[in-house]
Amino acid sequence: MAGIRFINVSKQYGSGSAAVKVIHGVDAEVHHGEFVVIVGPSGCGKSTLLRMVAGLEAITGGEIAIGERVVNRVDPADRDIAMVFQNYALYPHFNVFDNMAYGLRIRKLPPAEVKARVEKAAATLELSHLLQRKPRQLSGGQRQRVAMGRAIVRQPQVFLFDEPLSNLDAKLRAQTRVEIRKLHAELGITSLFVTHDQVEAMTLAQRMMVMNAGLMEQFGSPEEVYARPATTFVAGFIGSPPMNLLAGRAEGRFFHIGGERLALPAAAPREGALTLGVRPEHAHIGSAAGWPLRVELGEMLGAERLVYGRLGDAAFTLRIAGTDIPPASGSTVQMVVAPEHLHWFDAPGGKRVG
Amino acid sequence: MNTAASVRESRGQAQGHGAGEWLAHLVLWLGIAVTAFPLYIAFVASTLTAQDIAQAPMSILPGGHGIENYRQILTQGLQGTYLSPPVWQMMWNSLQMALIITIGKIVVSILSAYAIVFFQFPGRMLAFWLIFLTLMLPVEVRILPTYAVISDLGMINSMTGLTLPLIASATGTLLFRQFFLTIPDELVEAARIDGAGPLRFFKDVVLPLSATNIAALSVILFIFGWNQYLWPLLITTDNRLDTIVVGITKMIGTDASVTNWAHVMGTTLLAVLPPALVVVLMRRWFVKGLVDSEK
Repeated sequence: MAGIRFINVSKQYGSGSAAVKVIHGVDAEVHHGEFVVIVGPSGCGKSTLLRMVAGLEAITGGEIAIGERVVNRVDPADRDIAMVFQNYALYPHFNVFDNMAYGLRIRKLPPAEVKARVEKAAATLELSHLLQRKPRQLSGGQRQRVAMGRAIVRQPQVFLFDEPLSNLDAKLRAQTRVEIRKLHAELGITSLFVTHDQVEAMTLAQRMMVMNAGLMEQFGSPEEVYARPATTFVAGFIGSPPMNLLAGRAEGRFFHIGGERLALPAAAPREGALTLGVRPEHAHIGSAAGWPLRVELGEMLGAERLVYGRLGDAAFTLRIAGTDIPPASGSTVQMVVAPEHLHWFDAPGGKRVG
Repeated sequence: MNTAASVRESRGQAQGHGAGEWLAHLVLWLGIAVTAFPLYIAFVASTLTAQDIAQAPMSILPGGHGIENYRQILTQGLQGTYLSPPVWQMMWNSLQMALIITIGKIVVSILSAYAIVFFQFPGRMLAFWLIFLTLMLPVEVRILPTYAVISDLGMINSMTGLTLPLIASATGTLLFRQFFLTIPDELVEAARIDGAGPLRFFKDVVLPLSATNIAALSVILFIFGWNQYLWPLLITTDNRLDTIVVGITKMIGTDASVTNWAHVMGTTLLAVLPPALVVVLMRRWFVKGLVDSEK
């Protein structure tokens, strides 16, 4: 029924020589009922992309289709979408019931139907006892739930979320994340969720779109994106602490980085300038000769410990179990990495090789 | 450091019952007395006869002729002369004029502010700056061309001619523009997605949010309209259209009759009543409108 298709979508502001292109050719397909998260750093174009789906920004290049219908020229009100904003955007002078009912009343739904839908959504979101209150009498979390209620009652084809958790405190954020997942499991409506937080992306997404500077760098499930990042940007963005990226030259079974020559457990896909990526949890301290890490300091996190050090000229982070004896600061430990945990990227471009 | 002196000083300030407080109250009472005294004297004068006032010194206690004085000015005015109609008629004229001006100004300014803030059209900023520039043109400055236009339109001596030129309002537009700019973009977008068109958004969202601003502005505009002197004086030659402000000046110092100061004072007090009433009644909304922010 209603998936979303992006066909070579681009966005530019201005025209001619003063044009600024903020989104370059995004091609993707969101399946019907899928929960897709668009994640990326500030300014990468994720909100702009979402707003183009909503119709709040004009689509200057390419096409966006919701279901079978190309919606480039369709008014936001007619696209059968509902949106949840970062700042809730509730009508301050309406109570909770009227906030949720407003869109339905404009569409001339019969009052009995309006009442039924609002009460059902309120029950799902545990807002039934707050229906007569005004937004200023509600807490941040309650306001966000009213905003979601307003979207739910519309029973749209697509839900759009624009960083809805950013204004909530950490505990509330975690709770609301779970509520959103449950809601999606129950309603099964195609959803696009924008965030800059990679933890939200990893936990909520069935598939995620990683964006950087207007380009879609990778579009895949959290497992794929984590296990096989398509570019150095994705490799460094997803995962905390981020993947270690070492720039150097591959020659035979060795990888030359500044100040060190690393013996590789498996040959690099090709010779020459490459970037090697290793996740902090995939390097293990061994007794035999390996990659010499000069330990600088450690951070105890409880279940795990982070060890910061230097490998040659480069900084390197290692993750070990909290119960292991930490290496002393100033000492050198030998690290071992399994061949399947080596990620190779092209040196200038940053794209994955092999 | 002179700690003893500083302790004494801070103790005196912290108590709040020191000499400073007493002095502040005294100043406030003096201020009230200075402001209210002329009104009191006017009230006293309106309760005396004309001869009592002419004889110096005038009594500062109210006399016994109040009721008959007020009855006479309200119902008769200075009939028989070319001067003024009964005061009730003048007050009615003033009320009509002030109400039409208030409502007209609010409608015009809220709609123009809405257009300037929420729509993109060629010449938008030009329109805004032109409106802003008209703030430099009070009634007195534009009186000659306005008179010529109204006269050519044949609207002399009509309520329309009295009120129409005073309705276009830059102050109101500015006030509402500043307020509309504080409405978050996301609210407009949410309404758009909900399906509200521009007029619906105006009626359902913008107007209710502007209620306190409208109330505050109404007070200011009503008083502005009520106090208009120059324009009504110029535009009306028919006595029956006199506003009370104009009527008062006509009562004073004419060669047709000796000024009856008791009547003049009574009329003045009656003229002050409606604006004072409006301010008192709308006071709550007035302050709320200038300070409040619901978002």
